[in-house]
Amino acid sequence: MIGLDYNTQVVAAATALLGGAAGVAGCLLLLRRRALMGDALGHATLPGIAAAYLVSVAMGGTGKEPWILLAGAAVGAIAGVIAVLVIRRGARVSDETAMAIVLGAFFGLGTALLTVIQASPKGHQAGLSSFILGHAASMVASDLRAASIVALACVALVVLLTKELRLLCFDESFARTIGRPVRWLDALVLLIVTAVVIAGLQAVGLILILALLILPATAARLCTDRFATLLPLAAALGAVSGVGGTLVSSSAPNLPTGPCIVLFAAALFAVALIFAPRRGLLARASASRVRGSPS
Amino acid sequence: MTTADQPASAHPTGCEHSSTSPLSIHALTVAYHRRPVLWDVDLDVPAQSIVGVIGPNGAGKSTLLKACLGLIPISSGKVRVYGKPYEEQRALVGYVPQRESVDWDFPVTALEVVMMGTFGRLGWFHRAGKQERAKAREALDSVGLADESHQQIGQLSGGQQQRVFLARALAQSAQLYLMDEPFASVDAATEQAIIAVLRRMRGEGRTVIVVHHDLETAREYFDWVILLNTRVVASGPTATTMTHERLRQTYGGRLTLLDEAAQRMQKAQLG
Repeated sequence: MIGLDYNTQVVAAATALLGGAAGVAGCLLLLRRRALMGDALGHATLPGIAAAYLVSVAMGGTGKEPWILLAGAAVGAIAGVIAVLVIRRGARVSDETAMAIVLGAFFGLGTALLTVIQASPKGHQAGLSSFILGHAASMVASDLRAASIVALACVALVVLLTKELRLLCFDESFARTIGRPVRWLDALVLLIVTAVVIAGLQAVGLILILALLILPATAARLCTDRFATLLPLAAALGAVSGVGGTLVSSSAPNLPTGPCIVLFAAALFAVALIFAPRRGLLARASASRVRGSPS
Repeated sequence: MTTADQPASAHPTGCEHSSTSPLSIHALTVAYHRRPVLWDVDLDVPAQSIVGVIGPNGAGKSTLLKACLGLIPISSGKVRVYGKPYEEQRALVGYVPQRESVDWDFPVTALEVVMMGTFGRLGWFHRAGKQERAKAREALDSVGLADESHQQIGQLSGGQQQRVFLARALAQSAQLYLMDEPFASVDAATEQAIIAVLRRMRGEGRTVIVVHHDLETAREYFDWVILLNTRVVASGPTATTMTHERLRQTYGGRLTLLDEAAQRMQKAQLG
């Protein structure tokens, strides 16, 4: 990255780590068939952030302390997960329905709170809306360092527990019969996802980190049938998206980093969708031609 | 059963329990949303036998297995595996879930699935090594899938997938096996291959409990049957237990099914 200014290098490194962690966490969501859970807990961070701002201001703070806002985001995410579990159990509705309810309700609450905050005298300066779309370019080195540490910790945890997580995702009831604490493992998966989402909030923003959870994982899944290949591949695609998006955005003035990263990930996904070896559209088309032909 | 590679474990191996029943159930009741699915079930399963659990759809056959394994909460009663609660005897019990219970598109190979059978004895942070791999290969070989070990499981036929599950159970090196419809929608050759494996397991002193649908083959396959319809209608040696009258009780008012069963049994007896 010679020739790039220091700031761009730092942003590229941090978003690469973040993209890698999002790829890995996304694989877990995908294989556990909980893709929407990422969405639910992600959107639930918004009312958490808004509430944290209000609490901070009420206690005489500026409402801009990143740690308070991110703690609020974490509380919101956990509240969202708990709401999903309660609704699913109490109302006997499917997982998907419960997650859709929580996603909508929490995001609605968050948007309402944000609107109120921004109408208040100081609120429009708080910049809370940047959490929705991110502001990687204006992140300071310490923000990026924190995001990188979280990303690395998540990846390390998954690597350490690969065997158990694979078992959980493939056959939950078998895992339970051999005595694995399935609920705790599930909670750990959600914790990892939450951590990645929060680490990504400042860099790419809420909506885009959710996209970054799913795109590299799905693209990698199209390319491989091996679990052992899937996670590193998803991490690599996420990391490449982070670097690629940052470079693209620094190549022209006024190109926002977060959207560029996700667009880069979407482009990689599109390539995988078309060209992936067995599952890609081209491979399928030629396979059905072979099957359909006489002889 | 004790092998050198096996880590010292709090779980005793099966041989010490030859005097107690592999599976003993007392006054077991299970309810879903307050509707009883199993009611006051009492059972003792004899050691070293192949046992069929037979009954109509919704009779609670799968529920019985799941309740024994602690997968669903029981309302009352108790389950003992070689005389102790299941939680203390996990290492002695192998489980074959219904094939539809997992996603066969999952990115793992046949060998990787079978190796999961060894995880019960492996610690959390221990990676499966040479011994586990060798054990899994041996299990795959014994169900006739040695050549398919590196296939992604979605590429296998339904019968091969069922045998992968069986191989995973073999890799558990258990004494008591609970199998949920291992013969469901498999071809005749696979069914013969599976029953051959079950007989070999019985020959090694293991006990196998099988949820089964087909009355026609039940007489041939099982030493002992449990006729179940929420309650235990009868439980005993196949020859004396699978009578027309008992089957009528088990299958209740479903006369067409029952007559069909009667015809099949007559046919089977004539043949």
